[in-house]
Amino acid sequence: MPKDGGIGASTKRREDVRFLTGKGRYTDDINIRGQAHAWFVRSDVAHGMLNKVDVAAAEAMPGVLKVFTAADFAGVGGIPCGWQVTDRFGKPMLEPKHPVLAEGKVRHVGDPIAVVVAETLEQARDAAEAVEVDITQLTPVLDMKAAIAADAPKVHEEIGSNLCYDWGFVEENKAAVDEAFKAAAHVTTLELVNNRLVANPMEPRVAVGDFDSAGGMHTLYTTSQNPHVIRLLMGAFVLGIPEHKLRVVAPDVGGGFGSKIYHYAEEAFVTFAAKTLNRPVKWTSTRSEAFISDAQGRDHVTKIELALDKDNNFTALRTETYANMGAYLSTFAPSIPTWLHGTLMAGNYRTPLIYVNVKAVFTNTVPVDAYRGAGRPEATFQLERLVDKAARELGVSPVELRRQNFIKPDQFPYQTPVAVVYDTGNYHATMDKLLEISDYAGFEARAAEAKARGKWRGFGVAHYIEACGIAPSNLVGQLGARAGLYESATVRVNATGSLSVFTGSHSHGQGHETSFAQVVAEMIGIDAGQIEIVHGDTSNTPMGMGTYGSRSLAVGGSAIVKATNKIINKAKKIAAHLLEASEADIELKDGKFSVAGTDKSVDWSGVTLAAYVPHNYPLESMEPGLEETAFYDPSNFTYPSGGYGCEVEVDPETGKVEIVAFSAADDFGNIVNPMIVEGQVQGGLAQGIGQALMENCVFDENGQLLSGSFMDYAMPRAEDVPFFKVDHSCVTPCTHNPLGVKGCGEAGAIGSPPAVINAVIDAFHRAGRTDITHIDMPVSPARVWSALNG
Amino acid sequence: MAKVSMTVNGKSVSGEVEGRTLLSTFLREGLGMTGTHVGCDTSQCGACVVHIDGKAVKSCTTFAQDVAGAEVRTIEGMANADGSLSTIQQAFQDHHGLQCGFCTPGMVMSAAALLADNPKPTEAEVRHHLEGNICRCTGYHNIVKAVLAASGQDVGQIAAE
Repeated sequence: MPKDGGIGASTKRREDVRFLTGKGRYTDDINIRGQAHAWFVRSDVAHGMLNKVDVAAAEAMPGVLKVFTAADFAGVGGIPCGWQVTDRFGKPMLEPKHPVLAEGKVRHVGDPIAVVVAETLEQARDAAEAVEVDITQLTPVLDMKAAIAADAPKVHEEIGSNLCYDWGFVEENKAAVDEAFKAAAHVTTLELVNNRLVANPMEPRVAVGDFDSAGGMHTLYTTSQNPHVIRLLMGAFVLGIPEHKLRVVAPDVGGGFGSKIYHYAEEAFVTFAAKTLNRPVKWTSTRSEAFISDAQGRDHVTKIELALDKDNNFTALRTETYANMGAYLSTFAPSIPTWLHGTLMAGNYRTPLIYVNVKAVFTNTVPVDAYRGAGRPEATFQLERLVDKAARELGVSPVELRRQNFIKPDQFPYQTPVAVVYDTGNYHATMDKLLEISDYAGFEARAAEAKARGKWRGFGVAHYIEACGIAPSNLVGQLGARAGLYESATVRVNATGSLSVFTGSHSHGQGHETSFAQVVAEMIGIDAGQIEIVHGDTSNTPMGMGTYGSRSLAVGGSAIVKATNKIINKAKKIAAHLLEASEADIELKDGKFSVAGTDKSVDWSGVTLAAYVPHNYPLESMEPGLEETAFYDPSNFTYPSGGYGCEVEVDPETGKVEIVAFSAADDFGNIVNPMIVEGQVQGGLAQGIGQALMENCVFDENGQLLSGSFMDYAMPRAEDVPFFKVDHSCVTPCTHNPLGVKGCGEAGAIGSPPAVINAVIDAFHRAGRTDITHIDMPVSPARVWSALNG
Repeated sequence: MAKVSMTVNGKSVSGEVEGRTLLSTFLREGLGMTGTHVGCDTSQCGACVVHIDGKAVKSCTTFAQDVAGAEVRTIEGMANADGSLSTIQQAFQDHHGLQCGFCTPGMVMSAAALLADNPKPTEAEVRHHLEGNICRCTGYHNIVKAVLAASGQDVGQIAAE
């Protein structure tokens, strides 16, 4: 039975009480005395010359303090990109300037042109209507393949091309891969689109800038997944504010899913404007604004090919992908289709030769960056669709073809041909578990029953690999990252034995306040209620790289373990002194230090009190106090994996696809709080099902966003998903972090889209429509109907 | 600007509002009650749901002046008199029906309105009722489970397996 409070317990979340009673403190809940309000004037065309911005009439409007344009930002840097990819030919990617406010040109609908700051939000909004913007429209660059033609209009003339980079991985393998294809007994080819998505955390972005003119201190309150990263990027690269004069606070944040990793222009704006006006300045995004200013996700067009020998063994894989960057490079955009995508193309398989080509392209659309899964869903989708297609072409079971080519349980650690080393995994076990919990054996009977009702039932499987817990800093540095990817923690023990744990990870739904406390409680053997988890404020935590890529427990949790171990080591020394014993004989169990083999002991609070009231204390050899900081830099990624099964019913009359069952069997390594893990998977599944069935970010031929609100962009709702069957009993612990954990935040969104589409294709084939071998996401009724009826 | 008065969570309140001031703005900015959230601008997401004279209403599409004299209940008024979580709030915590917490106030208010009208809803009725409330975190699994549990129904069979 799970314990209550330590590692392995489904402890109820402590943060829930404030959220359930209206006492959460989100950024929009912060109002500073004297604050003014900002309203952004944004481009309503996708591509154009910005001839003139006349703010005179607006500045004369009631309550207006100032209208800012690009001219006000002449002395500051642009929004930086945090990752430089090197192309196939050894050249750095093309990196255009990204101004805070548009200069000379507008490059996507939503590109910020001017900002009105006024006494009230209503006044700012009214005055924004009076800003006169004169734009000469240019032909928008929208289609990625057309964009890289020599005579295509350029999104950024100064860099001379819309091709950001042409990346090959592993370039040295290319010739051998091509040879393997020539020798193949069978080749399966698939062309597909990975649809553009909008992250849409329920809390829109908000930024509040404050400036203390007496001390020269800036404070930015922002909806961020990583406040320290924002402090670094904005302070060092945009506004030139040193860290000790810039505090960034990300309080309760209402979901992120990647879209709140990045440094955005609005954050730099309110920070800059607060100093310029000597007033706090607040900006709150509307949802409509979020659709044209939050970085979006996915948007790949891919051709993928698999070579097999006569025994159906995979012999080689090659891909060609066009990845949309949008109009500017968002913070981590270049890394997503490359290092977070190409390195995962081995999947769970022993494919010996792999070549991945990615062309990243600028277009006149909203910038694209990481969205839940970030590169890994794109890799998994194409690979798991391709393997399914191969099985159908060869007339073998999709489950068996996968099993045959899986890396075997005794082959770990496994070096893939795409650079990474999987430390642990057991893909046969997760596949077996999936078939068990999804009652695969009973599917035929369910399909027959559905057929009697006029519905086509299909079963689709997918098996994913992830690389989480990004990553060794020296490695990512070689790959082009302009940041380290460690995490830090400070554990402060108070005199009476309570603890404050400061973490650089950020919780915006993940429940760290509960699960991190469980870890520390387990290590010391005290009640978790004595432990407070503090995050989200650069002023109290030494450093933090934040929360994304399912890294918080694997990296941030490991830093907490390291710092807590330092605390325990020092506490043992104090206990040894108090007990007049050798330090080597001191044991810590259930919050009590004892001398091995004796009945002598001192409890946790006795030691902590001695640390702060050091009357009986070895002052000559040890400092008083009990506070430790640790930085943890991972030695490898972690590699969660799992088997996902989707059961759909297709209504051939209407084309509607219903998810009737969904099962997930994951291997996340060790688990701290099963309830939280299951919740993470369930949420990820809904997002993946949303991508597969409903969600699509669509720009028209003029670059206008057609899916710009919740009226137009189909978010999954309660009726669109079933109850999920989620299992995490297959455990191969991570070998290189102290908790043996792998990360669970993105799995659901990675593994589910191919399972859904494979199920839809299975339903078609069972109904005799074997002519339909692929259908692009989202599988809307209209798309299904068109596929069936031409 | 005009004066508007109403009852919010049992207390009489009043304030100066413009004709265009939304109830959500009046609650958040006028009264400082920030438990009611605004997640969209098209009346779709439901984070702003409050009860007006007992009915669940989206406060982001209601003018403050239009509810003059009404009884308004918000998430801040949902706990028991002694401050403990009410049955529906407790069910959300017990069944992990929230993650980031942003949609939660609206979810709780919508669910409470459902249970007032239909004390023993089916799973399908819960899902249908919540169509005006979007959650991006939970996949709805544990929200639906929490609402069924709050209605006194056994949810033991809806394990995560």
